[in-house]
Amino acid sequence: MTLGSGCHLKSAFSMKLDLCKVVNGCRLGKLTNLGRNGDKSIVFPGCMLYTRTGSAPHLTYDTMQTIEGLPLMTQITLSTLAECQEVLEDYKQGIGKFIGMPDSLFYCSLQDPVTTCPTGFNTNKTVSMWGGGGRLEMTPLKFMAIQNALQADWFQCLSYGVVPGGNSRKRAQKSVDRSLAFLDECLRLQEASLVPQKSVMIGAIEGGEVLEERLRSARETATRPVGGFLLDGFQGDVMDKDSRLKLIAAVTGELPEDKPRLIHGLGKPDEVLECVERGVDLFESCFPYQVTERGCALSFSYNYQLDPETAVLDPSEIQEPNRNGENTDDNEEPDKDMEQITAFEISLSKKRYQDDFRPLVQGCRCYCCCNHTCAYLHHLLTSNELLARILLMIHNFQHYFGFFHAIRQALKDGQLPQLKSLISKQSL
Amino acid sequence: MAAAAAATAPLPPLSLRILAECGRSKARACEMRLPHGPVPTPVFMPVGTQGTVKGLTTEQLGRLGCSICLGNTYHLGMRPGPELMEKAGGLHGFMNWKHNLLTDSGGFQMVSLVELSEVTEEGVTFTSPYDGKEILLTPEKSIEIQNALGSDIMMQLDDVVSSTVTGPRVEEAMHRSVRWLDRCIAAQKNPEKQNLFAIIQGGLSSELRKKCLEEMIKRDVPGFAIGGLSGGEEKDHFWKMVTLSTDYLPREKPRYLMGVGYATDLVVCVALGCDMFDCVFPTRTARFGSALVPWGYLQLKNKQYYKDFRPIDESCECPTCKRYTRAFLNALFKRDPAALHHITVHNIAYQLTLMRSIRESIIQDRFPRFVQQFMATMYGSKEKYPTWATEALASVNIILE
Ligand SMILES: [Zn+2]
Ligand SMILES: [Zn+2]
Repeated sequence: MTLGSGCHLKSAFSMKLDLCKVVNGCRLGKLTNLGRNGDKSIVFPGCMLYTRTGSAPHLTYDTMQTIEGLPLMTQITLSTLAECQEVLEDYKQGIGKFIGMPDSLFYCSLQDPVTTCPTGFNTNKTVSMWGGGGRLEMTPLKFMAIQNALQADWFQCLSYGVVPGGNSRKRAQKSVDRSLAFLDECLRLQEASLVPQKSVMIGAIEGGEVLEERLRSARETATRPVGGFLLDGFQGDVMDKDSRLKLIAAVTGELPEDKPRLIHGLGKPDEVLECVERGVDLFESCFPYQVTERGCALSFSYNYQLDPETAVLDPSEIQEPNRNGENTDDNEEPDKDMEQITAFEISLSKKRYQDDFRPLVQGCRCYCCCNHTCAYLHHLLTSNELLARILLMIHNFQHYFGFFHAIRQALKDGQLPQLKSLISKQSL
Repeated sequence: MAAAAAATAPLPPLSLRILAECGRSKARACEMRLPHGPVPTPVFMPVGTQGTVKGLTTEQLGRLGCSICLGNTYHLGMRPGPELMEKAGGLHGFMNWKHNLLTDSGGFQMVSLVELSEVTEEGVTFTSPYDGKEILLTPEKSIEIQNALGSDIMMQLDDVVSSTVTGPRVEEAMHRSVRWLDRCIAAQKNPEKQNLFAIIQGGLSSELRKKCLEEMIKRDVPGFAIGGLSGGEEKDHFWKMVTLSTDYLPREKPRYLMGVGYATDLVVCVALGCDMFDCVFPTRTARFGSALVPWGYLQLKNKQYYKDFRPIDESCECPTCKRYTRAFLNALFKRDPAALHHITVHNIAYQLTLMRSIRESIIQDRFPRFVQQFMATMYGSKEKYPTWATEALASVNIILE
């Protein structure tokens, strides 16, 4: 079973996608024959476990294992792991074992979705990424060598991403051309057996906000032997929502049905549903991490089966509407973090939680909600204790993974419209 | 059930059963029964300053075998405060910890953390770092807060002077600590479920220590702490004060040596007859990347570990050593606080395992041999043994080879 021995050549391409149901563009399905032994499968719509340097933020293996619905697919990011290339080459056993998650599946993306990187450093030979040690120039050869050491199940092919908004047609065109050139070069290197063929390449669709370029990128990438597609460069809110969604729909319309579609940079509950409706299958889970970092807990309801009339009869079952508002009791300075707070979360450092002995979310079965109160979390946050972020991360991950479970369930039950209206009601 | 329990006299909130005593030294292995379960001694108690042991969930702490940890009265009394604590069901309820808790009196933090503090017969006056108000902490107030926290063991408010101070101030502090003990005993509202420990003071003077011991032993408290040490004094003075204290303390009550947690100190002070220890060292040092091992420590941030694929300690059974390599921890350290949590888990496991090994060796009547092996592993060769440790052990008939 040594590397590159050839005995597993092409085994990855036995990955199979089964579509159970397609409703109004939403795809419900299963990917099978995944992993080293081809015995793993994942369901979609779904999300991947977000990690930095191969570690779920703030969590140890034990605390992570308390989380229900943990995705089997973990997202690792090249920018946070590139510095470990030499170490992993010596280690030889791949990223999963190195980070203590030998049973997980791995998808390696280029950049960390949470870190904003300076742009304008890419050339036609290299892509720049920012790790802990500064800028790192990535050529296809170096890129494939790192993938060889990482041994992820899937990896985003080296691509020339552009930040959405204000891109000229020329710049968009360049992003598509260069990404295709990188893809061809990486495929050539893989063919030359420089990388174990168990790693499946995910082709990145680029082109900024220029529709024609996006379509060209999708069509051209689809002609290459990639295992799936990544809709890259949709992050941020420079692009208005309607044009973004139109672009996404146009791109997925060009893609073959039998391969998974991933997206970067969109993860708020309303955004996820909009993307699912446009045929996107897999998402990141950096949103719950960002919520954690600003001291907040996801509190939105995704219980679409709840009859609104009985819900009113049992007030403990629903969250108070907008617990963030009417903050007459606190005169806290609004800082940058606070401006980012969405309607899907509550900010536990607010004074109103000081003597709130309820769990973060009534009925939540996560480790944090089963064992601790808002008052305790408020105390930990105001005392700057490390445990605050651990407990919030556990809750936010579990809540977010539960949301994806609800999406699949709603698709199965034909009740996605109910879930969608419940989410959009809360997004205001 | 409840009726039957009510009919019998309530059990005292602390009982100490001595399971074994070392044939040569003063070491002993006991079982201390407290309201939230038995505590095997000698015991190391991790410090959870603000209602949490740095970066560990209570479930992780419990799984490591911790049966008692510390909370700080000063911090918790300031924030969230005693009223909220009472509403939350005490500190146990607030942090959801099912095992035992020990709280300090708050005095030590005040004197060490707050520059502008002043000690009078009434209590300690200081300016709150939270809101700038002037606050007076009296023995009564300290006990009131600790009663609200509901800890299994409370500490008396003592008059703390640095162990390097000499002269009349030390004597004054010793006498005042005795008077404050009486005020604490009188103020205690829950003697049936909370234990109040006295703190032996007297600086580095044998005479003052003896006097303090004599006075405090007269008060029938459930346990005693040896205070005013490990504040930068010479180790020679330190161990002599410890052994003098255990010579006088009653055999049937637990002895708690405050603020001691380096492995060598633990082994030596167990030999000198101490049962309980606490220290922020294992958790604090983890935050700087130091992992404790039987031969000292590893500075995991160092470049030398970046390709080291061994666990921190091959013989360690902790969740960190079972899963992660030094190389991974080295890479992670720069990036995510989870690295600290992995090392904290290991360091607490190390302390608790060390205490368990000490205890087993006492029960199996091979403690002196354990000490020999411990010292050889830690220091490599005899020339490197610290003189004070060699002398302290010799004073209890353990001659290092
Ligand atoms: Zn929860
Ligand atoms: Zn360990």
